[in-house]
Amino acid sequence: MKIVKRLSLILVGLLLAATPVLAESIVIKGSTTVLPIAQGALEAYMKANKGVQISLSGGGSGEGIKAIIDKTADIGNSSREIKKEEIALAQKKGGKPVAHVVAFDALVPVVHPSNPVKDLTLEQLSLIYQGKITNWKEVGGKDMQIVMISRDTSSGTFESWDHFVMKKAKVSPRAQMLASSGAVYTAVSKNRYSIGYLGIGYVKKSVKALTVGGTPANIQTAMSREYPMSRELYMYTDGEPRGETAKFIAFVKGPEGQKIVAAQGFVPTQAVAPAKKGKKK
Amino acid sequence: MTTAAMKYRYFRQSLFFGLVRLSAFALALALGGILAYILYQGAGALSWEFVTQPPRDAMTKGGIFPAILGTLYLTTGAILVGLPLGVVSAIYLTEYAKQGPVIRVIRIGVNCLAGVPSVVFGLFGLGFFVVFLQFGSSILAGALTLGFLILPTIIGASEEALKSVPQTFREASLALGVSKWQTILRIVLPAALPGILTGSILGLGRAAGETAPIMFTAAAFFTAKLPTSIFDEVMALPYHIYVLATAGTNIDETRPLQYGTVLVLMMLVLGINLVAILIRRTIRRKKKW
Amino acid sequence: MNRTQKETAIRAVFFLFALVSILILGLIVLSLFREGLPLFRQVSVSDFLFGMEWYPTYDPPLFGIWPLIVGSVIVTVLATVIAIPVGVLTAVYIAEVAPPLFKDLFKSVVELLAGLPSVVLGFFGMVVVAPWLQDTFDLPTGLNIINASMILALMAVPTIASISEDALYAVPREYKEASFALGATNYETITRVVIPSALSGISTAVILGMSRAIGETMVVLMVAGGAAAIPESLFDSVRPMPASIAAEMGETPYRSPHYHALFATGIVLFFITLAFNLVADYISNKFKEVGSGTL
Repeated sequence: MKIVKRLSLILVGLLLAATPVLAESIVIKGSTTVLPIAQGALEAYMKANKGVQISLSGGGSGEGIKAIIDKTADIGNSSREIKKEEIALAQKKGGKPVAHVVAFDALVPVVHPSNPVKDLTLEQLSLIYQGKITNWKEVGGKDMQIVMISRDTSSGTFESWDHFVMKKAKVSPRAQMLASSGAVYTAVSKNRYSIGYLGIGYVKKSVKALTVGGTPANIQTAMSREYPMSRELYMYTDGEPRGETAKFIAFVKGPEGQKIVAAQGFVPTQAVAPAKKGKKK
Repeated sequence: MTTAAMKYRYFRQSLFFGLVRLSAFALALALGGILAYILYQGAGALSWEFVTQPPRDAMTKGGIFPAILGTLYLTTGAILVGLPLGVVSAIYLTEYAKQGPVIRVIRIGVNCLAGVPSVVFGLFGLGFFVVFLQFGSSILAGALTLGFLILPTIIGASEEALKSVPQTFREASLALGVSKWQTILRIVLPAALPGILTGSILGLGRAAGETAPIMFTAAAFFTAKLPTSIFDEVMALPYHIYVLATAGTNIDETRPLQYGTVLVLMMLVLGINLVAILIRRTIRRKKKW
Repeated sequence: MNRTQKETAIRAVFFLFALVSILILGLIVLSLFREGLPLFRQVSVSDFLFGMEWYPTYDPPLFGIWPLIVGSVIVTVLATVIAIPVGVLTAVYIAEVAPPLFKDLFKSVVELLAGLPSVVLGFFGMVVVAPWLQDTFDLPTGLNIINASMILALMAVPTIASISEDALYAVPREYKEASFALGATNYETITRVVIPSALSGISTAVILGMSRAIGETMVVLMVAGGAAAIPESLFDSVRPMPASIAAEMGETPYRSPHYHALFATGIVLFFITLAFNLVADYISNKFKEVGSGTL
């Protein structure tokens, strides 16, 4: 009994004694599209800067932006621009979200490799996801049902899809809502009825990318905006970043970080783009 | 009764018993099948590196040590919260309380608490510990939430253990002039200790395996360094499984590691439960009363 | 402080500790209401409960949880339908039919099954059962009602089995002996005497099992598919309430309407499980066997 008491005291003591040390720490949350970039960058950054504690979570762009608003993270990854209501909410709490463009991305519709369909227009994509086109044969494919795979509502990728394709039309509730781009990739690669959409960095060999209105998605068409669904990838901070956070963002936007962006399959920013403040729409 | 009728009755019996046996064995088969399959798929990922190293390369390589440590911290915290509260509550309910409306209300309260879904506990932990008390997403918030989650389990097991101590022990002690509190402390509690221990260990197992309560209160996808204070976020085994399988970047590539993590968690929880079951069996045999 | 004073002090302190459970329950209710009620400034209660569209991030957002409730109900009912026979029959096996060697073994099986973390079962359902279902039946998806119900049943069975087992044990031996004395076979005794007298305990077990199934989060989050629509077949995906809460909580900014809506969903879930538990409590208290009429 006494030993148990002593052990538990020591344990509690250990836990409490290690009170907030003034170690530099960065908390990053948000978009699963940006996640591989953030992960690669932080691994490289921590190798070069020992003593910095970085924690990373996914959850979707909504989570990232919320974390900035609630001040529960230093960096919020997002694959969409911050919304007006979110800026208002942040300002109510005395915050000021600042956007940093860290990469470009192209949103690519993908299907199972066995699907003969090669191209779809934005219109067709919208009707499919509204549940109005339900069979592949209606768009030139085989006679089989279409299974819609979508990201969930916290996703910036979902919002981007809405912005480019749905344009406020509602996605059919029968669509499967998955929690990450990785999950969409896995699901589409395993389901021959399916269609999904992913950031270009996620398009690997187990899925087949479709062209949109005849235009394929690649670095050139994304940068030139010829491809209709090109977008920026952001890291948001509350106010201008300071200290370690600032150094990290500079790292990501700099040549080393951009190499990592390219390695992950995304589109590097040509030059270091000036940081935009808030929303422009 | 004719022999034919007798035969029929016994035939029905065999049929029924067959069905009954089938049920039980099917259940055992389900359990065994799941365990075996996970063992089969996950064994390949197990290695010394796996349990002592942090993840690398977007979690496709390396180990899950931070998650193991995080689960350890959270579970220890949960027990530190739940055990004292639970045992003392149980002592009150069995030793001190008089039958009446107050007791009934408390008991209903405990039973209802036991039935609260784990996600509702998560919401509670979020609303109360993380936000209202401003602990933030932290070991502290997670441990408190988990501690309250397992409280009914500990109370239930402790009550049973205390009730099973023969009344004669208490009476003899009181007859010798020992005060009530001293009786409880020196006689009843030690006698009930194995049962209390079993209950706590089962509570421990539950706390280690729960995901929903820690999703919004403590868990992070990836912490590059180990936690240094109770206000840090941690990785945890159940949450790690969930994120790797649903929200990760390379779900297919990390699949073997997912199985490995599941295996580690299962071994941890099953190990804990087996210890509890064994303790209970040994005390049942050794009981001299 | 003399002895009596010390005793009274200790008693008072312990009483306070015992109140903690009620306190926590109260805090939970308080937290849920505090964060959930603000939703109803924007949405009426009936629109919320019976609204057919759950589009929380739409512009303007739609917060109708009826499809979520239906999803919860369907998987729970189906899971219970599977779990009752398996659970009760297993309990009968352990309590009445099994030879002593196997009794302990199967009790351990039930307990170990009860101890399996829900995320492990959810993982199994998602990674093993779903692809198997998808391939074998050529389904659009293996993450659906049938899958979720089977896994939930696996979680409910230990609850049903162990509480039913206790109920069966509690049946006084005299009843069984009287039945045997009248010439009944074992089977007849079990089905016509033991089970009926244990019925209240078994009902409690079933209700608690259902409560467990409806509140279960990780399994439905990973396995039920996530489609917020009223299903048309057992092979459709659904989005039970706990799954929605868990999936969406992380992304909603503090005190946004969506945040309130999720807490409000939590309120609904809480009261449903509360109702189940109170009913179970009532049944078990009302029909408790007090004394067994023996010499």
